[in-house]
Amino acid sequence: MSEFRVCPDSGFYFHKSAESLMKVNAVVGIVALLVAGILAIGVVLTRWQEVHLLPADMFYMVLTAHGINALLFWCIFFEMAILHFASSTLLRCRLATPRWGWAGFFLMLIGAIMNNVAVFSGKSSVMMTSYVPMQAEPHFYLGLILFAVGALIQVFVFFGTLVIAQQEKTYDGSVPLVTFGAITAAIIAVFTVASGAIILIPTFLWSVGYVSHIDAEMYRVIWWGMGHSSQQINVAAHVAVWYLIAGVLFGARPMSEKVSRFAFLLYIFFLQLASAHHILVDPGISAEWKIFNTSYAMYLAVLASMVHGLTVPGSIEVAQRAKGYTKGLFEWLRKAPWGNPIFSAMFISLVTFGFIGGITGVVMGTEQINLIIHNTIYVPAHFHATVVTGTTLTFMALTYLLIPVLFRRKMFLPWVAKMQPYVFGGGMTILILFMLGAGTLGVSRRHWDMDFAGAAMAFEYPAIAYTLMAVGAIGGLLAIVGGAMYLIVAVGSLLFGGKLEPSAGILESFAGKPLHASVYNINKPARLEMAPPLPEDHNKGGGFEAPGTFALAILLLVTFVVYYFINWKYLSSVWPLG
Amino acid sequence: MTSFMPPADRHWWKVPVGKQELIWIAIALVWCIIMFLMMPLWHVYGKQNLSTEAYQTTPAKFGAKVEEMVEKYTVGEEAGIPIVAPPVGSDIYMLGRLWQWYPVLKLKKDQEYRLHLSSMDFQHGFSLQPDNINLQVVPGYDMVLKITPDKSGEYGVICNEYCGIGHHLMVGKIYVED
Repeated sequence: MSEFRVCPDSGFYFHKSAESLMKVNAVVGIVALLVAGILAIGVVLTRWQEVHLLPADMFYMVLTAHGINALLFWCIFFEMAILHFASSTLLRCRLATPRWGWAGFFLMLIGAIMNNVAVFSGKSSVMMTSYVPMQAEPHFYLGLILFAVGALIQVFVFFGTLVIAQQEKTYDGSVPLVTFGAITAAIIAVFTVASGAIILIPTFLWSVGYVSHIDAEMYRVIWWGMGHSSQQINVAAHVAVWYLIAGVLFGARPMSEKVSRFAFLLYIFFLQLASAHHILVDPGISAEWKIFNTSYAMYLAVLASMVHGLTVPGSIEVAQRAKGYTKGLFEWLRKAPWGNPIFSAMFISLVTFGFIGGITGVVMGTEQINLIIHNTIYVPAHFHATVVTGTTLTFMALTYLLIPVLFRRKMFLPWVAKMQPYVFGGGMTILILFMLGAGTLGVSRRHWDMDFAGAAMAFEYPAIAYTLMAVGAIGGLLAIVGGAMYLIVAVGSLLFGGKLEPSAGILESFAGKPLHASVYNINKPARLEMAPPLPEDHNKGGGFEAPGTFALAILLLVTFVVYYFINWKYLSSVWPLG
Repeated sequence: MTSFMPPADRHWWKVPVGKQELIWIAIALVWCIIMFLMMPLWHVYGKQNLSTEAYQTTPAKFGAKVEEMVEKYTVGEEAGIPIVAPPVGSDIYMLGRLWQWYPVLKLKKDQEYRLHLSSMDFQHGFSLQPDNINLQVVPGYDMVLKITPDKSGEYGVICNEYCGIGHHLMVGKIYVED
């Protein structure tokens, strides 16, 4: 029976089981984003001190749910769709063990719902990090455990698909770069889940009374093995999607397969003890351990991101120059399709992730500088630049690509989609920059009341801190509008978007539903061939292939260096410690 | 076109890398090494390095030490919490609990003290404002650091690790006198 279809617009092949798993993972991810986005309204309007919307208990509950739904459920569900896409679709291979795939998906779904039930009952307002000895309800931890196990199963279905693709020789040569990036994300996911299991299972047993004590410091060290690594899954996945979008929109070829793949490999090798970044001001951790485990002597994971930061836009520049956009340094960029939300979302993501997320992350992950940043609102500002304008905006770009390709629907309200990346990216950038400023003034993260109303002793932040928080909140509201625009387009397209072929539908390709023979008419896709050969003079010339990108990279470096040393200067002004 | 196709050259790892990428990798690597070296260098030349001295403790043991200091050196009271002026150079204590920092400390400018921090219950965050020094306070651990207040004035100690519904009530004080 023919179980494959080919998308006539993009040429991508879809195996029915992989296709339906991609759909459900993506849709549930988007629902988690919807929940997180609604909760964001409460967070933003409470931290805007002049509005101060929610009471304390409600605020902490909302903040807990916002963090978990956005950071874990939205990102990881969507990443499962990306994994199946990068294996089954890109390699033109049937999905390995579809039933296990479904089992993994349902475990994740049950876990996510269970965790949300625990949080919304109001008795598990422990924040995403759930630091012991503060205790949540048992099903808070159990939900996370089920979610993690489900994710692990889907990751192994991904690995299994790769094995089948290799054995059945569905592709020639090595796996594509995008698939290589997805493999990176999947490998990081395995040790993320392992760290999570090591700490969450005993914590669950502690919450039901079988374990009497969990050491608070040990919890922090191991929990962050999950908490930090899970964000590295996001980075690997969204960088892979950047390469995909550069390929789809521009026909861009990686500047060098070797360099880009090596950069992905560095992520795997040099992220292992990433929890070190989170315990820089904790008791009893030796300086040598912290210095080594945050940098491995040369920050090779940072190097990897700096490499992708050059090669992704560089590959676009090379492709654009080949099309004749060769004037000056930046004609290739000016003439890029800024009205196409796939491109604008991806490029805004690239710039904000590099210039804001990357730089602030390295600065605050520096052993001593962490003293003036730890647990201030600078921290969420940093990770909104990585996970929101970085990962989330990239996944939004991918959604715009998948609506016609995967769901075979026309985009609903395309003019809304066209503006969406600017509204969302712009609003979020305002939020981030002003929160960075407030954090520098010492404003605390995860804090209900910067007035400290009712406290026995008074403390007042400078007036400017209130202004920064208020402007940041306005940016946050703008970003929420941008998020709503995305949801309207995404959900609207699935429900009301015109069908690109009569059989197209959300439920198409699901088991139990007869496949349309006119669409699912491929028994075995043609073998995926290697990319067209490189030109004879590839990389042999003396000049720069992408001078505009190089100029941008130098700008990034200068910004990085200046900002880095500003922070050392600031550190030198505080009380001497030893 | 080709980011999602197998590499054009079967032996892609043998294809030479372009000059631009090589230069960028070299520059970035040098920068990464500089960033690494800044951390050990700051231990040699900088003044803000967190000590790694810490002991396992229990709330009862740590609380007893705090009380001992409070009994000896109390000089006043603020909002029901004792103000303590311990001798220069001595071991001084501050504990975090739901929801206060205890006690208030009165220190001399430009003098070194050995500050002990611990929590009686949940994790707390010692955030000295407006200087903006932030430390994680973990139950079961007695964190010891040498501090040298180099500016006189009134400092707030706020909690920046979420510790429950009264998190925002945790405001402590440190006074630094000339």
